[in-house]
Amino acid sequence: MSGHDLAIVGAGPAGIAAALEGAALGLSVLVLDEQDAPGGQVFRAVERAAGDPALAGDYATEGMALVRAFRAARGVEYRPGTTLWHIDTDTLRLSLLREGKAEEAGASRLLLATGAQERPVPIPGWTLPGVMGAGAAQILLKTAGAVPAGPVVIAGQGPLCWLIAVQMLRAGAGPVTLLETTRGSAATAALQAGGLWAGRRLLLKGLALVREARARGLRVVRKVRGLQALGEGRVEHVRWEGNTIPCGTLLLHEGVIPSTHVTRALGLEHRWDAAQLCWRPTLDGWGATSHDGIAVAGDGGGIGGWEAAVATGRLAALDAACRLGRIDTAERDRRAVPHRAALRRALALRPFLDRLYAPAPEVLAPADDSTLVCRCEEITAGQVRAAARLGATGPNQAKAYLRTGMGPCQGRMCGTTVAALIAAERGITVEQAGVLRPRAPFKPLTVGALAGLAKDDAA
Amino acid sequence: MYAQRPEARPATVEVLVDGQVVRVPEGASAAAAVLLAGLPALRSTPVGGAPRLPYCMMGVCFDCLAEIDGVPNRQACMVTVAPGMRIAPQRGARVAGPRA
Ligand SMILES: Cc1cc2nc3c(=O)[nH]c(=O)nc-3n(C[C@H](O)[C@@H](O)[C@H](O)COP(=O)(O)OP(=O)(O)OC[C@H]3O[C@@H](n4cnc5c(N)ncnc54)[C@H](O)[C@@H]3O)c2cc1C
Ligand code: FES
Repeated sequence: MSGHDLAIVGAGPAGIAAALEGAALGLSVLVLDEQDAPGGQVFRAVERAAGDPALAGDYATEGMALVRAFRAARGVEYRPGTTLWHIDTDTLRLSLLREGKAEEAGASRLLLATGAQERPVPIPGWTLPGVMGAGAAQILLKTAGAVPAGPVVIAGQGPLCWLIAVQMLRAGAGPVTLLETTRGSAATAALQAGGLWAGRRLLLKGLALVREARARGLRVVRKVRGLQALGEGRVEHVRWEGNTIPCGTLLLHEGVIPSTHVTRALGLEHRWDAAQLCWRPTLDGWGATSHDGIAVAGDGGGIGGWEAAVATGRLAALDAACRLGRIDTAERDRRAVPHRAALRRALALRPFLDRLYAPAPEVLAPADDSTLVCRCEEITAGQVRAAARLGATGPNQAKAYLRTGMGPCQGRMCGTTVAALIAAERGITVEQAGVLRPRAPFKPLTVGALAGLAKDDAA
Repeated sequence: MYAQRPEARPATVEVLVDGQVVRVPEGASAAAAVLLAGLPALRSTPVGGAPRLPYCMMGVCFDCLAEIDGVPNRQACMVTVAPGMRIAPQRGARVAGPRA
């Protein structure tokens, strides 16, 4: 078993930054990622797609620079196409799946930099073919250069909606309509959060995007409520409060939430973030979790965007080097200063964004009883409410009444919605309803893959 | 329906989606190939028989589970295409964990 000093799961900005910092401090670093190339979600496929004019911007410049530095780094072993499916929390042995075969790795310390996922947006009809996440369509653009054909509707809110609208329009998709769900009262609340001056660089970037979107002909409808996807066999129309428009592809987006599947399965401490309306692992200022040997960096620890992910990755690597005795705490703290400043700058605008783009209650807990909540097992909001009335006190108990969280996605898509529905029905907080505790394997495994592992162990 | 942009990403890899030959760019996922092939569905649900296509493209929703080169229950969005890859709709139950 190769014993690295630091194993990092995720080669997005957080994992890459941590690897660069760790290797510079002399740590032997292992980085594994289930994607076939470095970059994470934000800089996915950048080595192949940086030349695509539709993706011009941070992606092609800063993303490319980060990935180049990662490729050039010494002291970093990078295993692409490698999925983490189990961690032994006593020994920090990692069980991995690579090219259909199970393998293992060991390290003294573990950093989880597994990023974010799009917040599920359970509206009536969201399971129809032709409906997908806005980020999913962006992945198609980054990895395959493809865009939807025919009228595109982006429905939801947040900075990514504007970025993706612009990228789609640059790539020749269209017409593109943005149905923005931001509520009228949100702007006032957001302005009270402040941070506009400290966060002005990001704010100006955002405003430039909005201008470009308008100039490229994005149609924007504001304060949209009551969204529905309609169609026979695939989406054909989008409806909201009294309006219906034709639609070839409907892209839903209500922001991103930390991917906590692995940290929850490990039983690490989590807390409900009332500002970002999501679960996040409980971390200290270095990303340390409730487990001695495991830290978290990047959006997986709370949504901050890629620049914050870089800073938290660097901080976590400094702490790892310190705990491994390579640097003392004074040295760690000294080296942390610029990264803490970068983190503050990157997060300055967050409170404003969190308030402006807080999802409406109907996004968290769909009002209509017939809306599907669990895509895997086809369970509706009404069924979850009925289970709550019968005695299900949280998402873990709901499994016994329904099968929510027991399908192939293991609750990645329905977990927070089920908790929100139960909380509302029982008059408790989401925190009281509790967080779904998934189990390993984190990803599907074939019997063949496991058999290979058993043979290796016997040898 | 999706449109390729050969000027940005030439379609150089030939794969089979449900028996149909499709050319896609290098680096595309098997799920992308399914969408680019215009397949109406990758599976239908056991209860309602409703059609489904990939939703998240990043390994979260599992709506893309497919049979790839004869191996069922693979997340098509996490598999990069290779020349001659056979991608077929999932037959039988979808399985998340190891089962015999
Ligand atoms: C679909 C999507 C698109 C986005 N697009 C943008 C964008 O264009 N611009 C922007 O500013 N922000 C974007 N974001 C926000 C994003 O969260 C960024 O802030 C940034 O990617 C966060 O960096 P990170 O390093 O924390 O995580 P990520 O960049 O998400 O990197 C995490 C990495 O961990 C890997 N991973 C996860 N689980 C496992 C596992 N079990 N085994 C092995 N590897 C694993 C993933 O493959 C991924 O490469 C997007 C988010 C999503 C979900
Ligand atoms: S499309 Fe969601 S897991 Fe593959």
